[in-house]
Amino acid sequence: MPIELRDVTYTYMKGTPFERTALQNVSLTIADGSLTAIAGHTGSGKSTLVQHLNGLLHPTKGEVLVDGVNLAGKKEEAGLARRKVGMVFQYPEQQLFEETVAADIAFGPKNLELSEDEVNRRVRSAMEFVQLDYETYKDVSPFRLSGGQMRRVAIAGVLALKPDYLVLDEPTAGLDPQAREELLRRIVDLHRKKKLTIIVVSHNMEDIARMAERVVFMHDGHVLVDAPPSKAFLADEKMREAGLTAPPTVALLSILRDKGLQVDADAFTADEAVKRILKAIQKKGGAKC
Amino acid sequence: MLTDITIGQFFPGTSILHRLDPRAKLLLLLVLMAAIFVFDTPGGYAVLTGLALLLAATSGVPLSMYFRSLRPLWWILAFTFLIHLCATPGEVFFHFWIFDMTKEGLSRGFFLCLRLTLLILFSSLLTFTTSPLSLTDGMERLLRPLKVVGVPAHELAMMMTIALRFVPTLIEETDTIMKAQQSRGADFSTGNALKRVRHLVPILVPLFISSFRRADELATAMEARCYRGGEGRTRMKELHVGGIDYAAAGVTALLFAAMGAMKMAGI
Repeated sequence: MPIELRDVTYTYMKGTPFERTALQNVSLTIADGSLTAIAGHTGSGKSTLVQHLNGLLHPTKGEVLVDGVNLAGKKEEAGLARRKVGMVFQYPEQQLFEETVAADIAFGPKNLELSEDEVNRRVRSAMEFVQLDYETYKDVSPFRLSGGQMRRVAIAGVLALKPDYLVLDEPTAGLDPQAREELLRRIVDLHRKKKLTIIVVSHNMEDIARMAERVVFMHDGHVLVDAPPSKAFLADEKMREAGLTAPPTVALLSILRDKGLQVDADAFTADEAVKRILKAIQKKGGAKC
Repeated sequence: MLTDITIGQFFPGTSILHRLDPRAKLLLLLVLMAAIFVFDTPGGYAVLTGLALLLAATSGVPLSMYFRSLRPLWWILAFTFLIHLCATPGEVFFHFWIFDMTKEGLSRGFFLCLRLTLLILFSSLLTFTTSPLSLTDGMERLLRPLKVVGVPAHELAMMMTIALRFVPTLIEETDTIMKAQQSRGADFSTGNALKRVRHLVPILVPLFISSFRRADELATAMEARCYRGGEGRTRMKELHVGGIDYAAAGVTALLFAAMGAMKMAGI
């Protein structure tokens, strides 16, 4: 069953002069087993949007359904539905508080009132999944870890809840290139191996191009583009309107095409781009490589 | 939500109150608050209430905000009123069980509530129409003479500016942390008192850590820009006392004279 947003409008500080509508009539369906990326410049409403997915915010108008259950509905039912959606906030390492890594990761499962065995099992498997060795790190203070490691602890804390859906808000912000690379690979793994439905909010077009199956561009609280990456990134005008720039490979290929080379611009990795260019050059019967 | 809270919030505008010098506003506010206690006659209250209402109406701040600022006080007001209504000796006009409601109590309770309401209203007028920055500027300037006796005016003002600057940031951060912990199944609103206090740990620890980090970063940033206290610092926007401020002081003085006269005449 999917997550469904039906005609969602959200207004901050309603009834004061500071009233601001962050979302306007947004309708979206996040299909089971998909990996969706949401992009948009600051203030476009993407963070507000994802906070609706696990009921942290309730729409001013419209409704959010998770597996057919309205999140603003009956308390018990809605509570269970909310738990299915795991949420990793921006800079999640700033929410660590326990004395040891294992205790922090166990916070979520303990709140679910699971047995101690089950909690331990979940902590262990979550740590394994984010590639933190259980024996080495379980008794270390999370505040002694590096930024990338802290973030992995925080993500493990959410994974230990075993959600069906995982929402990540700017998961790679502030990480060094290597940590970023690794984290992205882990996210794709979660999607492929654990069959998690994943929603990623990101500024980074390259990241999005590489992993997303579907791209949603937000602008001024509206959904501007909702398409697979191969289409979304080619909608130049819409991207400019949303204040976004195409991933570097698409940008390069577009320039080549403008200069007269017959090349398809829908390549999202360097390798793919090289192949496209080679193909185009060979077709042209020009230089031999 | 937490981010929807308004504490002493500033509403930008161009009303007379907005254009007054913050020092003038601060001093006149103090004087008016004193007046609430000094001129405790019906005539005096009528003048002060009229002034407060007039200023509120012309301030350009939505009137609902003034009601909001009074809201936390409803209980105290109701309680004060009832106590005075029932505990003041005098002419009984209504008897219920062990309570004797007196006419004297009615008027005393009413005036006490009015006094409290006026105090809140006048301070709301100040905070709604003065940006926190100019407010602390004004305070710094007013406290400067006290430097002679060792009051660190500039440092106090700087601390206040920084504290005010970080209130919204911290509120926002608390909000995010709460949401994050809620997403991990934390529940802040159920359980007994002890449990609830324990539930605060997952919020307070991250909040403290980030506050220390912010303080450290801010200190470094200030030092990197050669901040070394108030000695010899000039400012880009000097405060100026203008005609409008003298006019406001004049009006206040006139009102004082009127209220004084009324008090002497016993109105």
